[in-house]
Amino acid sequence: MMNDSLFSLVCAGEIFELKAELNSDKKEKKKEAVKKVIASMTVGKDVSALFPDVVNCMQTDNLELKKLVYLYLMNYAKSQPDMAIMAVNTFVKDCEDPNPLIRALAVRTMGCIRVDKITEYLCEPLRKCLKDEDPYVRKTAAVCVAKLHDINAQLVEDQGFLDTLKDLISDSNPMVVANAVAALSEIAESHPNSNLLDLNPQTINKLLTALNECTEWGQIFILDCLANYTPRDDRESQSICERVTPRLSHANSAVVLSAVKVLMKFMEMLPKDLDYYGTLLKKLAPPLVTLLSAEPELQYVALRNINLIVQRRPEILKHEMKVFFVKYNDPIYVKLEKLDIMIRLASQANIAQVLAELKEYATEVDVDFVRKAVRAIGRCAIKVEQSAERCVSTLLDLIQTKVNYVVQEAIVVIKDIFRKYPNKYESVIATLCENLDSLDEPEARAAMIWIVGEYAERIDNADELLESFLEGFHDESTQVQLQLLTAIVKLFLKKPTETQELVQQVLSLATQDSDNPDLRDRGYIYWRLLSTDPVAAKEVVLAEKPLISEETDLIEPTLLEELICHIGTLASVYHKPPSAFVEGSRGVQHKRLPGSSVESPDTGSAAGVSEAPPAVIPSQGDLLGDLLNLDLTPPTTTGPPPPSSGMQMGAMDLLGGGLDSLVGYLHSTVWLPAMKAKGLEISGTFARRAGVIQMEMTLTNKAMSVMTDFAIQFNRNSFGLAPAGPLQVLTPLSPNQSIEVTLPLNTVGPVMKMEPLNNLQVAVKNNIDVFYFSCQYPISMLFVEDGKMERQVFLATWKDIPNDNESQFQIKDCHLNSDAASNKLQGSNIFTIAKRTVEGQDMLYQSMKLTNGIWVLAELRVQAGNPNYTISLKCRAPEVSQCVFQSYEAVLKN
Amino acid sequence: MIGGLFIYNHKGEVLISRVYRDDIGRNAVDAFRVNIIHARQQVRSPVTNIAHTSFFHAKRSNIWLAAATKQNVIMVFESLYKMCDVMAAYFGKISEDCWTPKENTVLTGNILDFGYPQNSETGALKTFITQQGVKSQITSQVTGQIGWRREGIKYRRNELFLDVLESVNLLMSPQGQVLSTNVSGRVVMKSYLSGMPECKFGMNDKIVIEKQGKGGRSEDGGKSSKQSIAIDDCTFHHCVRLSKFDSERSISFIPPDGEYELMRYRTTKDIILPFRVIPLVREVGRTKLEVKVVIKSNFKSSLLAQKIEVHIPTPLNTSGVQLICMKGKAKYKASENAIIWKIKRMAEMEESQISAEIKLLPTNDKKKWTRPPLSMNFEVRYLKVFESKLNYSDHDVIKWFVTSDEVESTRCAADAAGADEKKEGCPVTSSSSSSLLLFLLSAL
Repeated sequence: MMNDSLFSLVCAGEIFELKAELNSDKKEKKKEAVKKVIASMTVGKDVSALFPDVVNCMQTDNLELKKLVYLYLMNYAKSQPDMAIMAVNTFVKDCEDPNPLIRALAVRTMGCIRVDKITEYLCEPLRKCLKDEDPYVRKTAAVCVAKLHDINAQLVEDQGFLDTLKDLISDSNPMVVANAVAALSEIAESHPNSNLLDLNPQTINKLLTALNECTEWGQIFILDCLANYTPRDDRESQSICERVTPRLSHANSAVVLSAVKVLMKFMEMLPKDLDYYGTLLKKLAPPLVTLLSAEPELQYVALRNINLIVQRRPEILKHEMKVFFVKYNDPIYVKLEKLDIMIRLASQANIAQVLAELKEYATEVDVDFVRKAVRAIGRCAIKVEQSAERCVSTLLDLIQTKVNYVVQEAIVVIKDIFRKYPNKYESVIATLCENLDSLDEPEARAAMIWIVGEYAERIDNADELLESFLEGFHDESTQVQLQLLTAIVKLFLKKPTETQELVQQVLSLATQDSDNPDLRDRGYIYWRLLSTDPVAAKEVVLAEKPLISEETDLIEPTLLEELICHIGTLASVYHKPPSAFVEGSRGVQHKRLPGSSVESPDTGSAAGVSEAPPAVIPSQGDLLGDLLNLDLTPPTTTGPPPPSSGMQMGAMDLLGGGLDSLVGYLHSTVWLPAMKAKGLEISGTFARRAGVIQMEMTLTNKAMSVMTDFAIQFNRNSFGLAPAGPLQVLTPLSPNQSIEVTLPLNTVGPVMKMEPLNNLQVAVKNNIDVFYFSCQYPISMLFVEDGKMERQVFLATWKDIPNDNESQFQIKDCHLNSDAASNKLQGSNIFTIAKRTVEGQDMLYQSMKLTNGIWVLAELRVQAGNPNYTISLKCRAPEVSQCVFQSYEAVLKN
Repeated sequence: MIGGLFIYNHKGEVLISRVYRDDIGRNAVDAFRVNIIHARQQVRSPVTNIAHTSFFHAKRSNIWLAAATKQNVIMVFESLYKMCDVMAAYFGKISEDCWTPKENTVLTGNILDFGYPQNSETGALKTFITQQGVKSQITSQVTGQIGWRREGIKYRRNELFLDVLESVNLLMSPQGQVLSTNVSGRVVMKSYLSGMPECKFGMNDKIVIEKQGKGGRSEDGGKSSKQSIAIDDCTFHHCVRLSKFDSERSISFIPPDGEYELMRYRTTKDIILPFRVIPLVREVGRTKLEVKVVIKSNFKSSLLAQKIEVHIPTPLNTSGVQLICMKGKAKYKASENAIIWKIKRMAEMEESQISAEIKLLPTNDKKKWTRPPLSMNFEVRYLKVFESKLNYSDHDVIKWFVTSDEVESTRCAADAAGADEKKEGCPVTSSSSSSLLLFLLSAL
């Protein structure tokens, strides 16, 4: 009854009344009034107007009243910073109160008052409290440092609180240690590079001791902190694991999950043949299963985490399939997650049971669940080949139920099964066709159309079926439209005589009546193909399709590694890295598992940063420069006014620059200085764009007179480079003007071996004179697009080329990991054929082909953490090796 | 860490809103209400992200608990549950009335500081609330190694009650094949002991954890009387020294005062189901349903099951039920949408049967009846006490409440069995059809 009155509405009159009561002389009345104020506050009503009156009640010996007033302060101090200063004196006094509860209360409240003005006053009391004799005060003060850091990080550092906090890790009281660890971990998150949590074997030992003694929440803080430590060797990680495993029997599931995280991480360090490794794997399973008998919300969290663990280490739970069977009264979110894990654990050994279960689920009531179950049957078929037949027959049974969404879902997965096992189950097509009319979802319609098109030759009335879809072509979703277009083209190629009309109809629908560019383009491509070369069309459209892979929804390995480091946290529930949902810098540094062959995060990010900007910025600068030049061009020149051409060049450069960043930006060099060429300056660079070698030159007129009549010629060179056309400088070049020219090159010119190999001698002529210069081109522009060797051929060739032709080089200071390097090199037509990891060293096998047909084979060795790569090159013409090495270096460092 | 804690009643009215961190705006309270409590659809996940804020929520008897955060936090459900436990312990039950300003101030302040969970020991928090004087031991208690117990507790009579509650979970295929069974047991203790007693429980030697046992289980598996029980996994209350259990398999602890759950265990091996329930459901047209349920007892001759109660769910549109049962009494309870069938006692290997004819009202509802599982409760009195040479008095009242539910024709998800036995300060051996635990109590 009394509560009801406390929760009643605060209106203006009541505020006034409360004010009077707060200022009353009677202690009891005051207390009741404060209670009423707090009651209103907790339910979210605004009682900030009473601030001064409540603060006046602060000076009291009554602990209960004090607590209430402090609570009020925490809430409203921010909205009334000036008034909050009134409270400072009381805080300072209370921090010296003989009662530790009051000291702790004061220091806790202090930290919650997020007003910049008063933080300075709080430093002294906080310092005292951090060294308080009572552990309760110390532990509260430790958290207060984190609060203060949140308000004013600089202040905390200047006042040396961080060091005091570090000292608290060695405190005799486990709870103080735990809170200090929690505070330090949080502060460290906003300073990713600082060495705040200096974890060394001594501190780890202290933490492990405190782990046994502190509260369950403290254990979580400590375990989370331990997970950030990287042990020196496998022995250390084993000893930590041994001391953490008992936590798996804790009743608090958050403790269990944190312990699982530590073990999963440190397990990476243990050699697999170690007995202890096997024991640990066995020990992990029971606690994970036990989590599934907890409350449904916790089950959900556990299942999301188990999903990650199963992907990383399927062996842990492979015998526990049964515990993931869905129960009648599981909430839907638990059911869906269980289903997901069942598929991941499905194997030949348990597939019969799984299928029987899935079949049951497909008859349940919840639509989402049923759909997922049907889809799961399809995934089982794809995953476990032996079960495919049973899966297909189960799916057919389900189609017989005629339940609309079951049928549609079944058709979608049967399409995938066809892709995985071609020419095996096509007998079911007839059954599928019977259900054509009931399909109303785009995905199912598209799947059905794909099936009809793909197997048109086996379906007698394929043309009728497809024609029926064509009637409502414009009302279909894009997915269906595209599929229908392709299917009809396939049909036409298979049965050209009967379906000519149909194909024309669909092509005109797609190209003429559609607003969708994708559809139109696809339509035009088919049209062009069919009209020019039907044989080629057949090869393109009816090409053999690659088989689909087993598991389609696995989490990408690097993300998985990161998520394993976040087991038990929100990230593991979302299956997203923290950076995806945490705003700001806090807690977003990427975590990696130890022992995995990726470089340390610092160098990774550094490389990432240095990589991107230079590629784009110079080109923008160029454009700007051009426009400026344009404006400054003296109008006294003869000939047509240059703006338009200048504009065009500028625009071209923008595009060129954009592409550059893809290929790897090459800095242009001055080839011909103005002094040597009577005022003509030529600078330029070489590039390969879309298979065409280009020479990009900037011609600048630094003389006093106009230049015209440009022409260019090459001397004979090693690879027969020659201009593919005349130098396109159409407008006369006025003084102080520069122009950019792109000259396409071919490699059919006369050949003569040059020294160095990539030397090119060029002659440029204008109305003044002929000038000669020589430049060196990167050999990488001669690497052709079809330079990817077959694996087998590569092996044979590598053996075939004599060892004398092998040369070895070092590439220094390159901070890319092997995958990034491989991607980068691919951009320059250096293709990675195979990758092998031996003792933490990645070996990339690569091939490239020069325009004159010379193959170069390479073996690139990348060691994690070592910025120096080793490269061995093998080629039948060993002379090119040096140049190839140089272009490797250029590509990788750009 | 947790940025804000919001508690609502079932209507979505705020009972408590506490913001611990600045990154949680005041509008988060409303965001949760609008998107979750008042959401049109069923909530599909207990963790949701609304406008870059993540909410964890749980519902306990009409009360919504929600924790909001913008960071990558550890799982906070445990803290929410603990908060409920504390409330329940303090007020006897969780309801709207629990959240009065005085208590919630202290509780929310001490349970969470800056979003960090701090203390959730019911006993200690009670002391916080009643705290008045200047001199107190509470600070050293909550930070010390034994945060769950205060010093200087005195009882004239030292008593320790031990309840073993077991539930059998059974999953059965529609063909009646048992897919999986497990027994999950809880050991609940009530201790009223003086001082700082060090308690030690030894596990029965035959209890083997994780198949580590030798003793040739597979060979003498047939001798069910001397059967050993393999416990798959167990978890312990915070007070148990886990490292000691890990190394010596002994459960040693200083108990909290009052009632608490000491341990949970789970076994899957050699479970003999005490009853078999065979349901048959036949739909006769749209307005009639025939149900037949057979139960068979399946336990040792020395045992007797009592107070058997079978709960048979009926469709929502039931208009009338006709019942015929061979044994016991049965009744249709419209308020529970179920037929309740009660049998006083059943001996070993007995069989009983009920058949019901359910008349249904014709409905337009196309959704088919979900066929919820049947459930069943019973008691088994059975206990042997060893070690009577120790000088403890014991009482003879030992009760087993074994509840079991099984399902009907489509799908079985049975949740079953609870055993409850009460002993006063004595070593206890409890043994059931499914598991056998021996507790040795020493050093009181």
